[in-house]
Amino acid sequence: MNQQEEKTKALIYCVKCLGGRLKENINFMEVCGTHTVAIYRAGIKQILCKKTRLISGPGCPVCVTPNEFVDKAVWYALQPKTVVATFGDMFKVPGSESSLAEAQAKGGQIQLVYSPLEAVGLAEKHPDLKVVFLGIGFETTAPLVAYAVLSARKSNLHNFLILSGHKTVPEALEKIAANPLLNLHGLILPGHVSCIIGRRPYDFLAQQYHIPGVISGFEPEDILESLCMLFKQINEGRCEVESQYRRAVPEAGNQKALEIIQEVFTRRDLEWRGLGVIPGSGLALREKYSNWDAEVVFPARINKPRQHRGCICGAVISGLKEPEECSLFGQTCRPEHPVGPCMVSSEGACGTHYLYQARGGFYED
Amino acid sequence: MRIETPPLVRAETKTKEVIKLAHGSGGKLTRELIENFIKPKFGNRILNRLEDAAVLFLSENLLAFSTDSYVVRPIFFPGGDIGKLAVCGTINDLAVVGALPLGISCSFILEEGFPLETLNKIIDSMQKVASQTGCQVVTGDTKVVEKGAADQIFINTAGIGVIRTKSHLSIEQIQLGDQIIVTGTLGDHAAAIFVARQNLPVTSSLASDCAPLHSLLGSLWNLSGKIRFMRDPTRGGVAATLNEIVKDKEFGIELSEDSLPVKPEVRGICDLMGFDPLNLASEGKAVIVVAPDATEIVLGILQQHPLGKEACVLGRVIEQPKGLVYLKTNLGTKRIIDLPVGDPLPRIC
Repeated sequence: MNQQEEKTKALIYCVKCLGGRLKENINFMEVCGTHTVAIYRAGIKQILCKKTRLISGPGCPVCVTPNEFVDKAVWYALQPKTVVATFGDMFKVPGSESSLAEAQAKGGQIQLVYSPLEAVGLAEKHPDLKVVFLGIGFETTAPLVAYAVLSARKSNLHNFLILSGHKTVPEALEKIAANPLLNLHGLILPGHVSCIIGRRPYDFLAQQYHIPGVISGFEPEDILESLCMLFKQINEGRCEVESQYRRAVPEAGNQKALEIIQEVFTRRDLEWRGLGVIPGSGLALREKYSNWDAEVVFPARINKPRQHRGCICGAVISGLKEPEECSLFGQTCRPEHPVGPCMVSSEGACGTHYLYQARGGFYED
Repeated sequence: MRIETPPLVRAETKTKEVIKLAHGSGGKLTRELIENFIKPKFGNRILNRLEDAAVLFLSENLLAFSTDSYVVRPIFFPGGDIGKLAVCGTINDLAVVGALPLGISCSFILEEGFPLETLNKIIDSMQKVASQTGCQVVTGDTKVVEKGAADQIFINTAGIGVIRTKSHLSIEQIQLGDQIIVTGTLGDHAAAIFVARQNLPVTSSLASDCAPLHSLLGSLWNLSGKIRFMRDPTRGGVAATLNEIVKDKEFGIELSEDSLPVKPEVRGICDLMGFDPLNLASEGKAVIVVAPDATEIVLGILQQHPLGKEACVLGRVIEQPKGLVYLKTNLGTKRIIDLPVGDPLPRIC
């Protein structure tokens, strides 16, 4: 056995031991969708004792994007001389009437990109087209989009527009922490977001809401270690926000990234699917950058958004229900025919649950 | 009878020469294209007759027949090009059912304006693979479509071959306890194409594994009986191949995470983009299901071949859960390996 294997074995042993010492049933939430995927892929729930429940949180950017945003994106895609540039995850997400994929089949123009700068390049190459980039995601993607706006300004490019649906994580966590129905005993906090904002913005969770938290990396061993750290806090009666992901997360965040977000964006109240409107949780382009704000320059005209009948994505995102409690799960709603966003996204709780767990019977006690 | 020698004017094409619609007209330019580009490279007794169909002599009566179309973008990538891919693909489809290719067909759909020099390079690389395998391009076709109606070049190849194995290789032959072998690392082709397509600022030696498998797999044909089934894990990767095997069957397949052969650079791309190497295509690998008592012999034979040096056992056929493929992770837990849905999506958080 090599050193890494020994460490992994020791971590599994610790998780089992410390988890076994718990006096009552506890609920942990992994906030980030990438953690949800990592937990399922590594089968970490199979290691945890029955007393510990892991709940998937709202940290999947696609899942928390409300229908209204998708409807606007679809509207843009169907306008003449307009291209919607987006990360691939948004492509199949159903809106009130249609997804971008369906809009494309109707003749809408959609370009999948891996970076907002690709969309800037697209706008440069096609001055006759309006390129609307769908800005979704948290503090992790916001600096890239801010940088794209600055690049567009620098090259005096006015056919590049942002539809901003950017959200910030701490505000959503406050809403979740304040929800007594969830009865949370600990949070596994997002590693990538924390690389940008640092550790400090989460301190309120421990101080005001008495919920311990650990910022975690994404390897299975990182998550096991984070679980150990949470168990230890509970067993020792401590309540702090710690970082397991110290190799990547600076205490006060990435100053450059924070500055560029601050320069381009301003805070606003924004709707999250499942969580409703959360004050100050959205990022809108500042007035001085309004020339690149799709909602100012070229506002979409859409009907009142509708919800999907029977889909409980909202309750799944807020941690109140498990994917299996949805009557559509695995029936009419499957990865190849998704009804709600949690089944579409590669990081959605329902899709991940269906792919890695639901049919294996590996979790039967 | 004197065999006509091909004209020698071809290869020296001027860089400006491009495909015109008239190259597909069936008239003089079509004739020129065939005489100057196709015949000098692929030329053989059967093809040179330029008849409506190739007439082949067969001594045996069990035949394999396969066809595939190639639309890869970019058309040149580290480790190969669309031409090499088109010939290897058909040779491999024949090789996995135990057949040696007797002749293959080659049809081009060309976009108006496609440089003749590039076509020449592609034909060169097709001929190189074909001659390596001792198989001839015996019939073909060329069509030209207007600019914008196709993306540069599409190729269809079909191949016909004689079955050399004594027993029939088929999913139906698979039994409980059989071992799943893979002839080398997973996902090299898809990862190389991805890097080439996205222009990722990644420097690495990553190249497609595109290669003809007739000689590697041919070395196993006389073991038939012990070899139950073979398939090349192209689109959808090993995950798709294994799921096709267990579909509606009374058995499942167990894989072991620590035995998955993945090159570090492919693993890096997967980590970066959120891909799973089990879902990524290979173009020069085969998944082989073998009887447990033949595992060592098969591995020994494969590992002696340059294309099978990294052959290893990937997993085994088990009783439960039926119809599912699962992976035993490094943590000792289990997870389902499902058929991939569509293209892998990028990670945005």
